[in-house]
Amino acid sequence: MIAETGLAALWLAAGLAMLQFVLMIGALRTRVDVGRTIRSIAVVQGVLTLIAFAALLLVFARTDLSVALVFENSHSAKPFIYKFAGAWGNHEGSMLLWVTVLSVAGAFFAILSRRTSERTLIAALGAQAALALGFYAFLLIASNPFARLFPAAPEGRGLNPLLQDPGLAFHPPTLYIGYVGLSIAFSLAVGALLTGEVDSRLARAMRPWVLGAWIFLTLGITAGSYWAYYELGWGGYWFWDPVENASLMPWLAATALLHSINVLAARGALKAWTMMLAVIAFSMSMVGTFLVRSGILTSVHAFAIDPERGTFLLALLAIYVGAAFTLFALRGATLKEGAPFELVSRETGLVINNLLLSVILGIVFLGTLYPLFVEAVSGEKLSVGAPYFNSVAGPLALVLALLVGVGPLLRWRHEARPVLKKLTVPALLGVSALVITFIVAPAMGILPRLGLTVAAYLASASILPLVGRNPLRVPLATWGMVAAHFGIAVALTGMAMNAAFTSERLAVIKTGETLSVGPWLVELHGVTPTAGKNWTAIEGEIRATRGQGIVSLKPQTRYFSDPPAETNESAIRTFWNGQLYTVIGKSDPSGGWQVRLWWKPFVTLIWAGGALIGFGGAVALLGRVWRRRRREPDWRERYA
Amino acid sequence: MSRAIRFAPLALLLLVVVALVWRLATPSNSTVSSKLEGKSVPAFALPAIVAKPGLSSADLATGKPRIVNVFASWCVPCITEVHVLQELKSRGVLVDGIAVRDTPPDLADFLAHNGDPYERIGSDAESRVQIALGSSGVPESFIVDGHGIIRYQHIGPIEASDAPMIMAKLEQAR
Repeated sequence: MIAETGLAALWLAAGLAMLQFVLMIGALRTRVDVGRTIRSIAVVQGVLTLIAFAALLLVFARTDLSVALVFENSHSAKPFIYKFAGAWGNHEGSMLLWVTVLSVAGAFFAILSRRTSERTLIAALGAQAALALGFYAFLLIASNPFARLFPAAPEGRGLNPLLQDPGLAFHPPTLYIGYVGLSIAFSLAVGALLTGEVDSRLARAMRPWVLGAWIFLTLGITAGSYWAYYELGWGGYWFWDPVENASLMPWLAATALLHSINVLAARGALKAWTMMLAVIAFSMSMVGTFLVRSGILTSVHAFAIDPERGTFLLALLAIYVGAAFTLFALRGATLKEGAPFELVSRETGLVINNLLLSVILGIVFLGTLYPLFVEAVSGEKLSVGAPYFNSVAGPLALVLALLVGVGPLLRWRHEARPVLKKLTVPALLGVSALVITFIVAPAMGILPRLGLTVAAYLASASILPLVGRNPLRVPLATWGMVAAHFGIAVALTGMAMNAAFTSERLAVIKTGETLSVGPWLVELHGVTPTAGKNWTAIEGEIRATRGQGIVSLKPQTRYFSDPPAETNESAIRTFWNGQLYTVIGKSDPSGGWQVRLWWKPFVTLIWAGGALIGFGGAVALLGRVWRRRRREPDWRERYA
Repeated sequence: MSRAIRFAPLALLLLVVVALVWRLATPSNSTVSSKLEGKSVPAFALPAIVAKPGLSSADLATGKPRIVNVFASWCVPCITEVHVLQELKSRGVLVDGIAVRDTPPDLADFLAHNGDPYERIGSDAESRVQIALGSSGVPESFIVDGHGIIRYQHIGPIEASDAPMIMAKLEQAR
């Protein structure tokens, strides 16, 4: 019954989405006021998808093996938290989560939004319903998560053991809230293009949604990066893997949008560009979903590809993005650009920021899809790897980081003050960092060296907007911006340090033998078998010292039985100045063990920086919402 | 903003979608062919797992071409495949099995439920032989000629529609 309840809730939600869309069309044609109805429908739709998702969680929690999805992806012996997480660790479940976030975001938007005109709001809710409708159809027709299995299976087939990790429980939902939260920006842009009300009011309405989605994306990407780092056992934090790029592309677009939207909000300029970015940001979310869910990029075995699902998702993508782009092409000419600005102004700074972010987005997009196109045209298989992305996007990112220090110091419209003078101290710090790198590490690569230089400069330049101001008078949004920009410097330091100073050792040693890595002397003290609830493992005990005191690490190689698979559980010890990262592999016939060691100075700064960037966003959001609450009347008052 | 610029995003989207449709419609040749095709089967000796003999590389050089099927009782596509293998067996084809990471009760159950076309089944508990054969998943099948040389590797289940092709490959290996 639970599964059927979930399915029924989905069908009902789809029906309501259809109604919501039709109402929007009618309202735009006849100017009948359906605001209240359409808001209620959006809310009920959100609640229905929540019921469907809760039903899925429930059948997973109870390991109901008469549901095909549970049989495929769960197992009665699985730890409870992973049974739960297993609900979205598969295609159908994750698409249901996607749709749930989409509809719930629409519901929240219907409840909270007060800034836009009623007409634009109705148009936006209609657009949101149209989006939801397509994805409901995808779920109900091509990916039904509640399909029954008859007869019920006696036991489930497990979950990919790589995904049995606490990271899985929170990483995809976080990322999805970010991905799909951008749909509100998309719908608002489409709504505003329909009604022609592209103005600073719209920008202020859109901003908190973009900011909110961007915070989740930032945290999701940061968490995903750390998850890959400790779980995959390769010691890297970013692999330029298509799936990673799929999450980076919406983030880049959302970051650009976040900045251009300020120009629209404050000055009424960059109208067309901001609308375009709002459309592109969510389009990138859909591209990412298509790439990951169609199996088009990761196919090793022919039967892993599902052409039906791929075609369906591609059709949805083409329809939604195509419709938005067509609307843009038809209505773009009616957009009057706002207040003009001079060459040296904050507007110019933000335009350059947007150009650089867009170029980086283009580079990542091209690098991710290029292998597909080459293979389609010439049949040649190739892969675009880290060297391309690092060498093309890296320098651009450094230039961008350089300008991040300047932009916030500029005034709107026209800057006549000698701003560069303010940057003397940061510039000196940057140069000193550069000199120090030449003294300490003359053989360092060019990118890490410049990275440390820019990081030292940016760390100080980013706090300049606070200098000489009463901290209590500085708006929260400015505090948030400063924190986020400082976070960039922190993350950049971590990346450069990691690239320049990591020491790595891979060796086969017997128990009792020692190895050195960086400042550490490492002994393989012993190897013992151990077992967990659904795995057995070989556990190495590694004792490490760098002069005083001994630390003990216990990396494992785990063997899972259902389905059979093997994972490396790295053991990582964090110190104030870096991480010691250990992995144990197979034994060889002579009784030695493969041991892999890394000493990674200051690597944790990468994720600390990412978290700080997200935190800055949260502070800014708080500031924006709080200020708005004081100023704006509640929408309900309008109906009162 | 000029007309051309306003329609540029739409044109770009069209280009990307056309390329992706093309890519979806013509799935790439995803069969990763074995580097061992044309080479001898690597030496191995696998123990028995059910009430029939195990499998060693010596069993494969007996003068007649045969199919070596890498499978497992926990593999769902293998269930459909085993029916096709039985059909091939009824036409006189010799089929040997390598059971990957399997247990005796599970495998016996699998054979009892789905049929048993195998002459011999070797138990490859740690996927060693599977990896030595250059196979990356289940099911996969190898056509080995009478001298123990691998002539063809089939990735994924042998479907009923593949049967004529498999028969032709066996004929070539004769």
